[in-house]
Amino acid sequence: MLNIDSLERGIVIDHIKAGSAMRLYQLLNLDRMECCVAIIKNARSSKLGKKDIIKIDGMVDLDVEVLGFIDPNITIAVIDQGKIIEKKRLVPPEVLRNVIRCRNPRCITSVELGVDHIFRLSRGQEGQRYRCVYCEQEYQGQGTGEK
Amino acid sequence: MRHLIDPLDFTTQEINSLLDTADEIAADRKAFSQVCQSKTLATLFYEPSTRTRLSFESAMLNLGGRVLGFASQDSSSAAKGESVADTIRTVSCYADICAMRHPKEGAPFQASRYSRIPVINAGDGGHQHPTQTLTDLMTIRRRRGRLGNLTIGLCGDLKFGRTVHSLLKSLARYEGIRFILISPEELRVPEYLIEEALWAKGIPFVEAEDMERVMDQLDILYMTRVQRERFFNEEDYVRLKDTYILTPEKLRAARPDMSILHPLPRVNEISIEVDEDPRAAYFEQAQNGVYVRMALIMMLLGLSREGAKC
Repeated sequence: MLNIDSLERGIVIDHIKAGSAMRLYQLLNLDRMECCVAIIKNARSSKLGKKDIIKIDGMVDLDVEVLGFIDPNITIAVIDQGKIIEKKRLVPPEVLRNVIRCRNPRCITSVELGVDHIFRLSRGQEGQRYRCVYCEQEYQGQGTGEK
Repeated sequence: MRHLIDPLDFTTQEINSLLDTADEIAADRKAFSQVCQSKTLATLFYEPSTRTRLSFESAMLNLGGRVLGFASQDSSSAAKGESVADTIRTVSCYADICAMRHPKEGAPFQASRYSRIPVINAGDGGHQHPTQTLTDLMTIRRRRGRLGNLTIGLCGDLKFGRTVHSLLKSLARYEGIRFILISPEELRVPEYLIEEALWAKGIPFVEAEDMERVMDQLDILYMTRVQRERFFNEEDYVRLKDTYILTPEKLRAARPDMSILHPLPRVNEISIEVDEDPRAAYFEQAQNGVYVRMALIMMLLGLSREGAKC
């Protein structure tokens, strides 16, 4: 198995659905960061079979809410002096702002310039869904949808 | 500051109080003729409308206020590409309250986020039409003496019919309401509304395609027009537009105290012979619409019968 050095100080995003790491990398704007970032694809996982992992060398502010929307099974470990000092479990955020876009052509967001794309979590019989706060249309895409 | 964007923006207590004021206005309109002196209503209608715009203008004029605005997108700065947010920020400088109709869903909500004056949603695409709902509730309450313990038949375009969506959400809050949703399969109530307004609250409902088979169960029959402007495909519109036409023959099975409502304009979904039937309440609705909009303007401006802030 490929070896990536352990982090002395940084963040490990683990249990990412295999194949989703690059999208996460973009959604979290990690491409704009100066620090060293390792993406591990298709790592062996007892739970998932295969998984992706992202390791960030250094402390950065992550939009954890976005991660909760993409996949609440993802885990985040904060490392300091080579030890895990915090583990974060994700929950789907109540509100998503400018993460996904409404695809309803009748929605004001399809024409209004500079509008915030806001979705709210709604809980129905068939589970949790995100609805556009403007037109109430349900978001149909995958969690790892386009930005 | 309060706005009316969604029919659920007001509690049932607030709606009852608003309908009480509307009833007082209906009983003595003159007593309210000076309430909005020196107040201005802006009517921002990005989509053609006769009834709703005139009803709002009539309401404000009846209250002694003034009215300004535009009646189509072409005659507004939207034609130059101005955003809703910018328009409302500007209009906030000219008026005390505004009523907005827009073909895009959520436009009045977007306006309310930037507005310094109360915004009333006067219809946004196929989404909501809360002031029509207030009109419908007033008419039902005046006809039946209550808003609960009723079997409501909603008929026609239940998918794009914004008046239906707003009415369904509102009535679902009252005790003992049961819905019969009459539509062709393609025009059924959107699933999110079924889920959130009905299933989640345990409101009994059935979906039906044949109007006549359920006619004898109804306390209220709410007819709607299949609207050409809501279809992207002309073929679908032509195929579905004449699915339901209410005639005196179809009304034979209806209860004598049933009320027929329609948000108007009507095309052919209610034949003109039905107009003479005492159960027809749709022109009464148009009259009630003015009273209820008067009460709403007063409420959002915080004005009492004497014109003082309350």
